[in-house]
Amino acid sequence: MTHTFDAVIVGAGGAGLMAALQATRGQSPAGTVPKVAVLSKLYPTRSHTGTAQGGIGAALGNSEEDRWEWHMFDTVKGGDYLGDQDAIEIMCREAVDTVYELEHMGLPFSRTPDGKIAQRPFGGHTREFGKAAVRRACYAADRTGHMILQTLYQQCIKQGVTFFDEFHVVDLLLDGGAVRGVAAVEIATGDLHTFAAKAVLFATGGCGRMFKITSNALTLTGDGMGVVYRRGIPLQDMEFFQFHPTGIYKMGILITEGARGEGGILRNNSGERFMERYAPNLKDLAPRDMVSRAMHTEIRQGRGIGGKDYLHLDLTHLDPQVIHDKLPDITDFVETYLGIDPVKAPIPVQPTAHYAMGGIPTNADGEVVIDERRTPLPGLYAAGECACVSVHGGNRLGTNSLVDIIVFGRRSGKALGEYVKRSAPAGLPADPEGQTRERLKRLREGRGPERVSSIREALQAEMTDKASVFRTAGELQKMLEVLTGLKARYEKAALQDRGSRFNMELLEAFELGCLLDLAQVTVTCALNRQESRGAHCREDFPKRDDANWFKHTLAWKRGDRVEIGYKPVVVTRFQPQERKY
Amino acid sequence: MNVTFKLLRFDPERDAKPHWESYQVEMEPTDRVLDGLEAIKGRLDGTLGFRRSCAHGICGSDAMLINGRNRLACKVLVKNLEQPIAIEPMRGFKVVKDFMVDLTPFFAKYRSVKPFLIESGPPPEKERLQSPKDRERFDDTTKCILCGACTTSCPSFWSNPDYAGPAAIVQAHRFLFDSRDAGKKERLAVLNTQDGVWRCRTVFNCVQACPRGINVTRAIGEVKLALLRGKA
Repeated sequence: MTHTFDAVIVGAGGAGLMAALQATRGQSPAGTVPKVAVLSKLYPTRSHTGTAQGGIGAALGNSEEDRWEWHMFDTVKGGDYLGDQDAIEIMCREAVDTVYELEHMGLPFSRTPDGKIAQRPFGGHTREFGKAAVRRACYAADRTGHMILQTLYQQCIKQGVTFFDEFHVVDLLLDGGAVRGVAAVEIATGDLHTFAAKAVLFATGGCGRMFKITSNALTLTGDGMGVVYRRGIPLQDMEFFQFHPTGIYKMGILITEGARGEGGILRNNSGERFMERYAPNLKDLAPRDMVSRAMHTEIRQGRGIGGKDYLHLDLTHLDPQVIHDKLPDITDFVETYLGIDPVKAPIPVQPTAHYAMGGIPTNADGEVVIDERRTPLPGLYAAGECACVSVHGGNRLGTNSLVDIIVFGRRSGKALGEYVKRSAPAGLPADPEGQTRERLKRLREGRGPERVSSIREALQAEMTDKASVFRTAGELQKMLEVLTGLKARYEKAALQDRGSRFNMELLEAFELGCLLDLAQVTVTCALNRQESRGAHCREDFPKRDDANWFKHTLAWKRGDRVEIGYKPVVVTRFQPQERKY
Repeated sequence: MNVTFKLLRFDPERDAKPHWESYQVEMEPTDRVLDGLEAIKGRLDGTLGFRRSCAHGICGSDAMLINGRNRLACKVLVKNLEQPIAIEPMRGFKVVKDFMVDLTPFFAKYRSVKPFLIESGPPPEKERLQSPKDRERFDDTTKCILCGACTTSCPSFWSNPDYAGPAAIVQAHRFLFDSRDAGKKERLAVLNTQDGVWRCRTVFNCVQACPRGINVTRAIGEVKLALLRGKA
């Protein structure tokens, strides 16, 4: 079945919904509002934006003086200087207006006593270029992401945005280097649909499910990144994967950094506030990469709780009313999954795979740029976690993922809307679904002894073991060999579900294929980058090496291999310095 | 521990009617019911159909009837349930496969209450002011994740599928009691019908079913009162 739209947006989290609102906005004369379809493999309100807890950073200055220039500096420094400063400047400036826009849409922010949007401290956010922590994270209790997702979906309903819920996009259609649309499986029927479009925007989120301990949803399998990578478009900076310090022990479920923003403290087996040794100034509110490394170091040196691989997040000294009012959801998680009342007992936590700083390379208008010279591919856009602008550099600051999806969702939606107005429709390539039909057929007809779930479990355990907070050439090399083996097993995997309707097993097999490709890119790039920067920490190259590695990595698919290239980092206001907190 | 699941299976492509099947999986006592379903699907029977995403009670994908009560499979631990753990789809919507139901009517009801801020005029340059007290007034109903657990536990909904249902009323409440909203009249008009709030018989099943701890019956009561008094 073929559908024709001006543009297709793939993914309905914060970035996709914001882009859809922007692309279809305006009371212009009939016919000039672009026809846009939003496709999601989930119902939009199930998207992972909804699980973001702590806040969205913007220098509103509602509780104390703040400036977007300080936010920009913190973001540059937090990213260990790998972020492109022109894009970071845009993000931090526009964050202020976009947060007001969210409020105007009805987002129920928590409020200050005088009725303004409430703000709290967050890791790495400071005043006056690093002097002290600043209250910059605008929040709605500890469900800020939930309220952003709900509010944007509400506005899409109000504006009459067209949704295709539970349509799983499995291919990008290109013809002679130009965008022609996407191919998608309708989950309810198993039918393959072609969406012809002049422009496509990917907003499919992250790929944290390549790791065992992760805060990411079961559905965060990097489909968008995987699809474009297979179509010859490079991925950028994939070696930079963030591990959030406070995941619930063994489960990986996130405990917001806002818990430390409200005064929570990390402690080791002797009750010591160990972050004082690692970041004397910001302590528990140092950026996530530093805190996660400090935690791993404590655990390795035998100071984990009871000698095990976890530490304590202590909120017991806080006013119970603060925990109840400002952190209700995490209180609920801790009670549900651990049987612990955080008012009375510390929470067992360990670092959890959280966020891909890398992704599909774009410029600040969300246009996908496909080479070292930043050449845009006309009509192709990406925004949110699946994209790499790059604003997060080597390590994302807390709250900046929400800033990213809102600011660049808006900018890319606007650019996409203008692009489709000025470009003519083009025909579909011959047999647009051919490749997808072949791929799905292979998956469906596998007859080997392997199950998708066992290959996926092996991938996740090995990645957490060999390619997480601390990395070495030896372990990464071993991981590449493991991946070769897993890919061979994947080719022989067999499905038990031979049906067409709601065949989730088939789609999980497709997702696993994406994860395997993306893990290969991540590990190859990690092995290639012989320095430590941001979240990428090589024990065999412990120092940042600006002379050789002050550059972005690009990775192309060349058959079964990954080819590496580079592009320069954009520096405007802040020259690289040593990173201390 | 060894855990026995009893699942009400139904695939309209293959089955004439729903039937029970039993499965046994080795689990940790602190594992979620969802972990059990994933283990069954991954190791024993790849045809099992259920929705899930975030796996910690926020996305609202995996509401189902577990041991006779609507809950999120990711928010209940196996150690807290009697065995065998019996699972059925939520009641009142068409079953499309195993624990997946057709949510089209659910989201249609959601849309019917105009679930979006209706403004009285152009917004100020910065944020609109709202006192913490005014913000608190509708805090409870902002927690809704649209999982459907409340609506599909409601006897009034089971007997009258046209009833708006608790979830849609919760969404209406979230705006009716927001000091910034100017759409009270049109929203109340939608609910002031036989299939609106007046179908609610205050059975309280919805309160018990809500995985977010929303006092749904109270919210519905407040909407009824607003209708009786002509103001929210």
